Amino acid sequence: MQGFRLSKKTNQLLAFNLFRLVSFMVVASLFLILGFIIINGISVINWDFLTKAPSNNGTEGGIMPAIVGTLLLVLGSIIFAFPIGVLSGIYINEYLKENWFKKIVRSMTNNLSGVPSIVFGLFGMALFVHTLNFGDSLIAGSLTLGLMVLPIIIRTTEEALKSVDDSLRQGSYALGATKLQTIRKVVLPVCYPNIVTGLILSVSRVSGETAPILFTCAASFLPRLPHSIFDQVMALPYHLYVLIVSGTDLEKARPMAYGTAFVLIALVLFVNLFANAVRNYFIKKSK
Amino acid sequence: MKFRKAIEKFSESILFASSTVTTIAVLFIVFFLFKSGMGLFSASPLEDGYALAVNASNPVKQLTSRQIKDIFNGDVTNWKEVGGSDDAIQLFTIDELSSNYTEEQLGASLEHIPACVNDYVSKNKGVFAFFEKRFLDKSFSGRMVKVPNITLAEFLNGREWYPTATPVAQFGVLPLILGTLWVTFLAILIAIPVGLITAIYLAEIAGDRMRRFLKPVIELLAGIPSIVYGFFGLVVIVPFLQQLFNLPVGETALAGSLVLAIMALPTIITIAEDAIRSAPVSLKEASLALGASHWQSLSRVVIPYAKSGILAAFILGIGRAIGETMAVLLVTGNAATMPSSVLEPVRTIPATIAGELGEAPFGGTHFKALFALGIILFIITFVFNTLVEVIKSKKSS
Repeated sequence: MQGFRLSKKTNQLLAFNLFRLVSFMVVASLFLILGFIIINGISVINWDFLTKAPSNNGTEGGIMPAIVGTLLLVLGSIIFAFPIGVLSGIYINEYLKENWFKKIVRSMTNNLSGVPSIVFGLFGMALFVHTLNFGDSLIAGSLTLGLMVLPIIIRTTEEALKSVDDSLRQGSYALGATKLQTIRKVVLPVCYPNIVTGLILSVSRVSGETAPILFTCAASFLPRLPHSIFDQVMALPYHLYVLIVSGTDLEKARPMAYGTAFVLIALVLFVNLFANAVRNYFIKKSK
Repeated sequence: MKFRKAIEKFSESILFASSTVTTIAVLFIVFFLFKSGMGLFSASPLEDGYALAVNASNPVKQLTSRQIKDIFNGDVTNWKEVGGSDDAIQLFTIDELSSNYTEEQLGASLEHIPACVNDYVSKNKGVFAFFEKRFLDKSFSGRMVKVPNITLAEFLNGREWYPTATPVAQFGVLPLILGTLWVTFLAILIAIPVGLITAIYLAEIAGDRMRRFLKPVIELLAGIPSIVYGFFGLVVIVPFLQQLFNLPVGETALAGSLVLAIMALPTIITIAEDAIRSAPVSLKEASLALGASHWQSLSRVVIPYAKSGILAAFILGIGRAIGETMAVLLVTGNAATMPSSVLEPVRTIPATIAGELGEAPFGGTHFKALFALGIILFIITFVFNTLVEVIKSKKSS
């Protein structure tokens, strides 16, 4: 057996090259998906596609109501989830004492942040659409999406606050500052880049989700803008779903589907890149 | 000074209020989910507003939903087989009235239907009648057959998921659980080795510039909406598999697994890479100083050190794959049958909820069954999250 053993150098060379190969294949396949959608989608994009309502069952026209609908849903959900989420995160991390109650709250938010989005859709439909009788509406969809990102926002806020060194807080107290002053003037300024980045990332999550809005707000075909918060809305991810599976002429709707997927990806990637830019800006500034 | 104190108190109460709202909302979601889902086990599988009846002389008082299904499918044809006397089972629905009764007997505006149903049931010894409750005569002489409520065992062990079947719906969740497990298991079989290798490459082998380019790109890809991955799967992977294996349909468990594997990769890579990089440099340096090669130090020192973090990455990846809805809905074909091969259509739990919630009447048995599926998903997430927590706390202690 001894004779067949490879030297440790050959061994390393083999392993490293294999790893390199696999990694490049992974990155290549991920780029393939992105490239496939972009190449097929970009030819569909023009001014009319972005500014007109869909017509003829989605095979003609544009996707303007879906773009506006997604923006409205994002706006609605963050108005609800951002303040409550960030404030709760602050309270849980800064005020609650380490006891069983805090443990329960923490484990519940942890769990909810991992619960599949379709479960939120289920809940939102039963509570907002039927029990509270909002119907399929912008408000029901926004609240459902808001509930979905609420645990994520709380976690992000908590993680950010936890990363602040306790000596900073103690220094502030020693100078006679109150708890609120310490949080506002010492703790938050240190960690708010992380909080802001987390918030932006949750926007990207909200804009791409389909499952929670399937049964809470989405109209498959509504070539106009919503009239009120109790009106149905179109949304990009759901519009894409409809174009893929339930149109009358799927072949004719294909180009529209590629275009919609392109716009959706562009939106999500833009939000992500924006989050990165914000983070980098703050890192540079703090240096 | 007093003013400042008031502001302090006020702000504190706002913080308290919002965390109370959150806690209540969170607890309410869990409570609501369980309450609605548990409603399934006090619901009848019999179609709403319908009744099942037999002749008064028939000793059968109660039938399970499975027995009823077998009878209506023609698999059971004699009362003897379900605990009755030796009589042939004679199925009867409202449609058969017109061949047994004249228009005159039924009445001009069909007002005598209840009487006719009563007459038919009382005259035929082996009858098994299924009709709407509004056709129940006031002096009905037959006996109503009781259908026991759905039990937890039936729900978890049932091999058939026909939520809209008549006269009795079948809520066997086994094919859905198996479908979910098959798709997920195959997906992680692909994603775990590939993800781990890529994470190791990024953390230890790749040059600094390569890493700084790839890491954000992979993180970015985690943000692509699942519906887009599903779309790609449907137009590229599904036809490819269909041609490759010469299948009647390309929408299969394997297609779902491939899409899920691709989707889970960014999560697994990012978290595993963080875990590997968190290993102290001194460990690696000590190993190198002892004459080990880079690869030996990696495989025998750094990765064993990071294994709990890597495990957490795997579990989070699996958790994501199990709950994924839209992509799977598009590419797995959604046949609610017991899977027998990865090249056949299957249906997962999330895809079932997404596919059927639109048609399930609010508050009905089917609706409750979908909530029960939601509970299963919740419990799975709970278990996986707890596992991650346990691993994390073990590592830190």
